[in-house]
Amino acid sequence: MLRDYIEKKRVEKKILIMTHIVIGAPDLETSYQTVKAMVEAGVDIMELQIPFSEPVADGPVILAANQTALDRKVTVGQCIDFAERVAKEFPVPFLFMSYYNIVFKYGVNKFAEMMSAKGLKGAIVPDLPHEEAAQYLAAMKKYHLDPIFLYAPTTSDSRMKEISSHASGFIYCVARKGVTGVDTSFSSDLDEYLQRAHTSTDLPLALGFGVQEKADVDFLKGKADIAIIGTQSLRVLAEKGVAGVKKFIAGMQ
Amino acid sequence: MAAHKGYFGEFGGQFLPEILHATITGLEQVFETAKHDPGFWKEYETLMQNYSCRPTPLTFAENLTKYFNGAQIWVKREDLNHTGSHKLNNVMGQGLLVKRMKKTRVIAETGAGQHGVATATMAAKFGFECTIYMGEVDVLRQRPNVFWMERLGATVVPVKTGSRILKDAINEALRDWVGNMDTTHYVLGTACGAHPFPEMVTWFQSIVGIETKKQILEATGKLPDRVYACVGGGSNAMGIFSGFLKDTAVECVGIEAGGRGIATGEHATRLASPDASIGVSQGYKTFFLQDDDGQMKETHSVAAGLDYVGVSPILSHLKETGRVRFESATDAEVITALSLAVKKEGLIPALESSHAFAGAFREVSQMAPEQIIIINQSGRGDKDIFTIADALHDPKWRDYIKDKAGEYNAS
Repeated sequence: MLRDYIEKKRVEKKILIMTHIVIGAPDLETSYQTVKAMVEAGVDIMELQIPFSEPVADGPVILAANQTALDRKVTVGQCIDFAERVAKEFPVPFLFMSYYNIVFKYGVNKFAEMMSAKGLKGAIVPDLPHEEAAQYLAAMKKYHLDPIFLYAPTTSDSRMKEISSHASGFIYCVARKGVTGVDTSFSSDLDEYLQRAHTSTDLPLALGFGVQEKADVDFLKGKADIAIIGTQSLRVLAEKGVAGVKKFIAGMQ
Repeated sequence: MAAHKGYFGEFGGQFLPEILHATITGLEQVFETAKHDPGFWKEYETLMQNYSCRPTPLTFAENLTKYFNGAQIWVKREDLNHTGSHKLNNVMGQGLLVKRMKKTRVIAETGAGQHGVATATMAAKFGFECTIYMGEVDVLRQRPNVFWMERLGATVVPVKTGSRILKDAINEALRDWVGNMDTTHYVLGTACGAHPFPEMVTWFQSIVGIETKKQILEATGKLPDRVYACVGGGSNAMGIFSGFLKDTAVECVGIEAGGRGIATGEHATRLASPDASIGVSQGYKTFFLQDDDGQMKETHSVAAGLDYVGVSPILSHLKETGRVRFESATDAEVITALSLAVKKEGLIPALESSHAFAGAFREVSQMAPEQIIIINQSGRGDKDIFTIADALHDPKWRDYIKDKAGEYNAS
């Protein structure tokens, strides 16, 4: 399970890096090359987003990537094949990230069974709160997969505890209000929030939304276990290509 | 799965990112308090009487009744609301809640623009800042409404993502909300979305059904046999049906957008076609027009306000229980029905509402003269002048626009 992996890795590294790609944006081959480059640059965990037509929690950059992939007719089936391939070839844990409709239409139990068969370790479904997730939680448990849940700065202490009781692997702490891809102020407010998060759970903490440069990652050392780099690597990919991404990720640690 | 709050049968729920949990819980509490406070409904009714001509009339359509020679046709005149549609009912109600929550900014999505205009009007009256998200395609086809929203002080943001229509405007409004919920209330315009929106919007719109029932009993001494309403998201339908759902002898009929015909795939018929399936998006579970992967499809309707992939979870439930019958009307049928209503009765229904007329006209001749039907004229058609003029191929209108363009080009 992810938690053991994270705790073991943390013995050697002050902070782990998780990156995010949208499968099929700009195309499947580039996605593959990007994963390869990211792994070579030393990422510890990867999030593979299955594109969805209504990605409400995502800002303009990831939204556009979702659309590009769908415009190119990338299917859920192709995303699964892609995930299977990278999970087989590269020695880091891979997670699926998508919106609940993708999981629901596939069949919740079937989706978990598939993830397990294809070598994925868990999933992030940002529009599925634990209150609505009974079937999903049961399926993830059955197949020994980690359901990653999110905290937000607006989450109360008691609700954090409640969420933590359903989560496993790690907790994804959303750094601020708003969608992905907007600047975050790495300040004492964030410290306080992460402190609250730590108090609420034994699980490792990952922080995402707005992590753009090495200074942000450095800020998080000792405060979170994982820094999540999402939108910024997509921006770098668009501007500087796969080689640029490799350099960017390597430079973050 | 265990049933919890906000479910209607298996439909509804609250599928939102964690960041909105505290906000939506706050809204639920304010709504629950208002619902159990008789003073609140009184305040709402008084406001609607003074500001929006409520109760709106129930008009006997004598000429149409004669023309079809079937059941008596009555029309509920939501077009006579201030801003020209039933949308203002929901908006003013939510506006009162915004005051209770002490928020200072409202945002909304709009398709046809009616909900946008209503929200901008409410914001002007109550002194709120206002941003309206509207699909780029709809901005182009509903310019007069955009004009009024801007005059009313709202910022209109054309949404250029996705299929650039109503669903995409909802997504953008949600994206705004997750960043600004401390000051901002999202005035969702229809009986869709995460709990408590379907129930809350229906509650405000139930003013239509309550009035209609009273009016038809006063006028005829009996309940109608059928009530027709168009169904986009479902707020006007839920509004008028609310008055009659408990009267099982009254048949409620929802008319969806048949677009270019169900067989063409270019439509927005979720419940009256086999093309939709159950899914979860935009905060709730209902029937969506989606592909096998769960990607939402492009929809089409001549009426921007019905051009939507999902439908109220309450209506999905009422379809499953058989309490509401669903039909669809094509763009062409709708234009014909509209022309007939204009010529025979001097009524100018919106293209959305004309779907209800088309559905009723199809069936009314087969009914008996002692039977009664009610059509909900949810909005007025003046706003659709450009679309309707195009659909009718009105040559004089075309000349007028050309001349007008000439004037602007010359200046």
